[in-house]
Amino acid sequence: MKIHEYQAKVLFRQVGVPVPEGYPAFSVAEAIEAAKKLPGPVRVVKAQIHAGGRGLGGGVKVCKTLEEVEEKAGQILGMMLKTHQTGPHGQLVRRLYIEGGVDIRRELYLGMLLDRDKGRIVVMASTEGGMNIEDVAHNTPEKIYKEWADPRVGLQAFQARKLGFKLGLSPKAVGPFTKLLLNLYKLYTEKDCSLVEINPLVVTGADEVIALDGKVNFDDNGLFRHPDIVAMRDLDEEDPAEVEAGKFDLSYVHLDGNVGCLVNGAGLAMATMDILKTFGAEPANFLDVGGGATAEKVTAAFKIILSDRRVQAIFVNIFGGIMKCDTIAEGVIIAAKEVGLDRPLVVRLEGTNVELGKKLLAESGLPIITASDMKDGAQKAAAAAKKFAETGAVA
Amino acid sequence: MAVLVGKQTRLLVQGITGSAGAFHTRQCIAYGTNVVGGVTPGKGGQKFDDTVPIFDTVTDAKAATQANATMIFVPPPFAAEAIMEAADAGIELIVCITEGIPVADMVKAQTYLQGLRADGKNVRLIGPNCPGIITPGACKIGIMPGHIHKPGHVGVVSRSGTLTYEAVGQLTALGLGQSTCIGIGGDPVKGTDFIDTLELFQADPDTHAVIMIGEIGGSAEEAAAQWVKANFTKPIIGFVAGLTAPPGRRMGHAGAIISGGTGTGQSKIAAFEAAGIAVAPTPADLASTLVKVWKR
Repeated sequence: MKIHEYQAKVLFRQVGVPVPEGYPAFSVAEAIEAAKKLPGPVRVVKAQIHAGGRGLGGGVKVCKTLEEVEEKAGQILGMMLKTHQTGPHGQLVRRLYIEGGVDIRRELYLGMLLDRDKGRIVVMASTEGGMNIEDVAHNTPEKIYKEWADPRVGLQAFQARKLGFKLGLSPKAVGPFTKLLLNLYKLYTEKDCSLVEINPLVVTGADEVIALDGKVNFDDNGLFRHPDIVAMRDLDEEDPAEVEAGKFDLSYVHLDGNVGCLVNGAGLAMATMDILKTFGAEPANFLDVGGGATAEKVTAAFKIILSDRRVQAIFVNIFGGIMKCDTIAEGVIIAAKEVGLDRPLVVRLEGTNVELGKKLLAESGLPIITASDMKDGAQKAAAAAKKFAETGAVA
Repeated sequence: MAVLVGKQTRLLVQGITGSAGAFHTRQCIAYGTNVVGGVTPGKGGQKFDDTVPIFDTVTDAKAATQANATMIFVPPPFAAEAIMEAADAGIELIVCITEGIPVADMVKAQTYLQGLRADGKNVRLIGPNCPGIITPGACKIGIMPGHIHKPGHVGVVSRSGTLTYEAVGQLTALGLGQSTCIGIGGDPVKGTDFIDTLELFQADPDTHAVIMIGEIGGSAEEAAAQWVKANFTKPIIGFVAGLTAPPGRRMGHAGAIISGGTGTGQSKIAAFEAAGIAVAPTPADLASTLVKVWKR
């Protein structure tokens, strides 16, 4: 789960990570009120969307007067902000953050995430703040310094000091930096984070160390013990189809292709997307119905897939293990009858009770295209999508 | 002989009285697995299906049954702790099926297991978020459909459950049996990984060839490819799921995510090919690709 910058900064303040004074605003009037609370004269109007790269996309503006705050807030609020992370359509800006200006002397980078190979949390710090850290890692990896936290004792002060001195901080600034980093680690572990990133972390003219930006992501598996974090979720930032799928415990990711997929198992679901591409189609989604799919879940999955008008065919690919093929077939039939099949449906069933499943599909009277194996199914789905696009035929 | 599990395996089930635990315990018993006991705190002294004794703690269960393996169906908030309890009790093989364990909990459990190993204890974890492990015809620990398997000489290792079934189904259809199939699981922090499994397959005289199925996220496939090039002498083929997955999006499995430009399917396939591991062109060609390589 992701949260906005202003929410991340609330968490930063709670654990003692210094941030500039600032207030969220949901309208231009609120933006002006927020700006008036700040000493000024420099104030920054920042678009609040979950994607990064907001500054480059025109979503962050430095203002020198209240009039300018009003003008920029009016421009940014309601704009479709396009960044390298939003996709070509951009993301609608519904929230702003109005923050006091900071006297920036240096911009640094600080990040914390799981190192999968080591099974430990790694802290990454770099002198190249304000840049895309992936580019830094690629072009100048020697400019990223790392420390790994031992989970038995947690991140230690000496590790933070090592990073501080490597970043070239003054002896006066290393102390506050160490405190900041240990507090950030506390936030990471106490709130089940999956990523904490400050880019840039700035050193001011007065040698203070301040988080100018804040990005915090959470491990979805840990959310059950953090109702305060769940309350920060902003559904407006998520794909409506994915939100709907979540209600039915379906693992769904919306993509841009023309063939909808309904699969059991994450690996098989990914492989189904790949094999469609092999045969010239593009997957419209990732969808894992899980091991315990019921007719209700299959129906919900069908509705979600069909609600995407770019979908020109559906490919159901099931390897029934514990899950029986006749159960899946029943679910497909109920769903198809309830939702109405206005696009071609290709079904590949394999595994337990496969003959019974196929018989049910054949006797349903529905124009279902059956496939003998995964390859056959992918080919038929790609062909059916093409035919549907050309002629509107569903079978 | 196969690897890790067989007729010698004496299995406990932690979370045996839950709905998934109970259902799959029955399936394992029906397959022929020797289930010697279950653990559900507070239900010690009762019997599961009137036959399998239930204990309050893993230590009690181990003392009474001499169990040497455990299968965990404990819900996510308590599963990492269940792993540590089993390890503390001296269970050598811990198979954790549970999906949805917080990463932070697994980081702790992993560190705990490393500490026990440093003290000389023999303990191995498979999973979590995995289908389990099966030696066809001898022992099934997990949620995989037993009937698609056939005893034989192909080792299968995979991060995905259903893709393992896909591989097994294709092998069996060609008349090729399996020595042992291991689902290592889809989480970012897990016990047994590809290299651990390949070491076992390399040493096992009953395993003559291997199918290795990876997916996007992390760099375990790349590491395994390097290891294979230097150490593995048996025919092996690979597959990687998720070539069409967009970066930054989690594809079902907690560990299946391309982040920071790493963990792409393309990088893994390139690593396989650089190590001389043939890659199945589609998931429908797993067994046929192995046959081609094997015959060479």
